[in-house]
Amino acid sequence: MNVDLCVRIGSLVLKNPLMSASGCFGYGLEYADIVDLSSLGAVVVKGLFLNEREGHQPPRIVETPSGMLNAIGLQGIGVHRFVREKMPELRRLGAVVIVNVCGSSLDEYVEVSRILSDVEGVAAIELNISCPNIKEGGIQFGCNLSSTHEVVSAVRRVTTLPLIPKLTPNVTSVSSFARAAEEAGADAVSLVNTFLAMAIDVDTRRPKLSNTMGGLSGPAIRPIAVRMVYECAQLVRIPVVGMGGISSARDVLEFMIAGATAVQIGTATFVDPFIWSTLRSGIEEYMARHNVGRVTDLVGSMERWI
Amino acid sequence: MAPIDLDAEVLRNTHLSAGYHVLVLAAPGIAAATRPGQFVMIRTTTGTDPLLRRPFSVFEILRDADGTPEAISILCKLVGPGTARLAGASAGDRLAVLGPLGKPFDLVAPPSEAWMVAGGVGLAPFAALTESLAALATPTRLFYGGRSRTDLFYLDWFEARGVRLDLATEDGTRGTHGRVTAPLEAALRVMPADRPLTIYVCGPEPMLKAVAALGRVHGRPSQVSTEQVMGCGLGGCYSCVVRVRDESGTPHFVRSCLNGPVFRGEDLVWE
Repeated sequence: MNVDLCVRIGSLVLKNPLMSASGCFGYGLEYADIVDLSSLGAVVVKGLFLNEREGHQPPRIVETPSGMLNAIGLQGIGVHRFVREKMPELRRLGAVVIVNVCGSSLDEYVEVSRILSDVEGVAAIELNISCPNIKEGGIQFGCNLSSTHEVVSAVRRVTTLPLIPKLTPNVTSVSSFARAAEEAGADAVSLVNTFLAMAIDVDTRRPKLSNTMGGLSGPAIRPIAVRMVYECAQLVRIPVVGMGGISSARDVLEFMIAGATAVQIGTATFVDPFIWSTLRSGIEEYMARHNVGRVTDLVGSMERWI
Repeated sequence: MAPIDLDAEVLRNTHLSAGYHVLVLAAPGIAAATRPGQFVMIRTTTGTDPLLRRPFSVFEILRDADGTPEAISILCKLVGPGTARLAGASAGDRLAVLGPLGKPFDLVAPPSEAWMVAGGVGLAPFAALTESLAALATPTRLFYGGRSRTDLFYLDWFEARGVRLDLATEDGTRGTHGRVTAPLEAALRVMPADRPLTIYVCGPEPMLKAVAALGRVHGRPSQVSTEQVMGCGLGGCYSCVVRVRDESGTPHFVRSCLNGPVFRGEDLVWE
């Protein structure tokens, strides 16, 4: 059975719903030796500010039950070096590139987005208003409804690229933020970023991360992420890109049935960098078994008990 | 060469002491491609706890009777739940092994000598290095320190390959009483300046720092194998960074999985 894996995010048509999660896949090129980057729905690259950033002191990650905490601190090469050093090769490899845009001010979000809008091969912008690990950027916009509206509107005015604000789960009602983003002109929302969390070494009584707190990812967060994706998909009309602990085709399907049009995979690629083909064939097998011709038919297809 | 992921069979698990063992894994493709100083990422469970792979230096590259690489070994120290699973592995078990990864050591040839400095489980990259240096006929020494004589392994193995041993134990039960940097410093002092040598070092961070400093003081280049907490081993996660000076002398965090794990001692900036 031939199955159609195409999904649409705003004006962007993806050949399948699988994307790398920002911050988990470098700038994509790190994986070019072992993964055909053009086989992914999209490569979402590491968050970029206007300028380079050093990030936090190690230790930057620690494992927790069925998950991990990270506080990388958005180390990155800045938008100019990215465009110069990474984009030509990403274009040559046929990757659909979504750039995760960070800012420590409204102006910085606007400026980075404006620069990227003129770059050939940038397919969409994911607006990072949800990094839990740095004080001055992102989360201050992502935890306040009017700031979310303001930053999305401001970026909307400077770009025609599909705009995907990435939402934090560290709020009371993530769906209200999805709605604020939609009202401000977003083409889609992606969620969830990591859950703000902590782990302490009881022998040394020190936090296990130099930054004290970090973001929890991995299978441990998946049920909460599914719930949040479901809530957002119920409330907004724009596509929802779901993520949080996906590590198998069944996990992808769960998010899509909950309402996600596409998904991102992060932590699981650390364990299995070859996961992409496994996920794709698993989705195809499921669709054949359940007689589903188009993957979009699964989106929001949850059956109720009553 | 691109790394490969093998479902490798455990051929042997040899326990050296309560805390150390050597795990031999059937991994022909990885064994053939590995150069000394490179590492592999090993899954300790097929479940989600512990979630991440663990990085290990390739200890030995093992060959069949015809000399074809067929297996690798890793030297493991028991430190937590992940390594406890590896300690309990038996012949016939299978483990996902991804590699080879990272930058290898640069090999020195005669007339230069190679001085390896190992602290505890820091012996891990030096068996493979010894074999490669032996093929070049490079004279080698191993300065090897541990807590006690029961923490020093493979001494016969290194001696059989012509490696001169300088041992140190913190409890004085074998070799010099104290840290391994003491016999290293003494040897550096008496080494004529016109005889070139390169220092290779792996071990706990304070030791790496001290050995890199000794190299600098004595005008000897060092190659430092670092050990950082790693998430992916492929450059995706940015967790394993170390601070390194760039050409202009400015320190930057770089990923030890891609830019290392072996660095030039003079490039590393210690916190």
